Amino acid sequence: MLVISQELVDAMVAHARADHPDEACGVIAGPEGSDRPERFIPMVNAARSPTFYEFDSGDLLRLYRDLDAHDEVPVVVYHSHTATEAYPSRTDVAYASEPDAHYVLISTRETGTEDGPYELRSYRIVDAVITEEPISIGTGNAVS
Amino acid sequence: MSVEVSVPTILRSYTGGAKSVAATGDSLQAVIDSLNASYPGIADRLIDESGLRRFVNVYLNDEDVRFLDGLKTPVADNDAITILPAVAGG
Repeated sequence: MLVISQELVDAMVAHARADHPDEACGVIAGPEGSDRPERFIPMVNAARSPTFYEFDSGDLLRLYRDLDAHDEVPVVVYHSHTATEAYPSRTDVAYASEPDAHYVLISTRETGTEDGPYELRSYRIVDAVITEEPISIGTGNAVS
Repeated sequence: MSVEVSVPTILRSYTGGAKSVAATGDSLQAVIDSLNASYPGIADRLIDESGLRRFVNVYLNDEDVRFLDGLKTPVADNDAITILPAVAGG
């Protein structure tokens, strides 16, 4: 199960809308071992593509050094799909390299940059197996 | 040359859970060979027929080795090698 605040859900959706029609991507960090997403870290999609995302390698190094400095890990790795459903693609599975993370997919296919319906779903992806999980949305605990 | 290699979560099954391991070598290729001697199979996660795998990032101190000399990048005593799988998808 992914336990997360409404504030963080809203932040991911806002990022996805802002970057539409390119895929948006980022991380929500939390204390190592806690499984609590707390610190919202939107990233630049270096691929700037409507069908692919990738963190720039320099950004990635800085991100992990920052996480280490705070004793944090990437609790959530999120990205958006801009024309397809919020379900991990074969590419998503092939490159899922954080076995402990919750992979959150957002789809902006319905409303693009505007307010309105969106899809947001969470998955574990371990050894190429996708397992969807429920999301429990509460209030509080968001830090950015 | 003796260096410290930082190992990402997904490769810690090779190192018995260790986040950081020592290795030796005067080039990145030699360091990877040294890692593979201690942790068999790890090299295959880093290298394929064309060289360093496209979606694995390796850094020498603060630089992505793709901007240095790839596998031929020279390595000095006490250098820090960091391995980070790309965060990517479609």
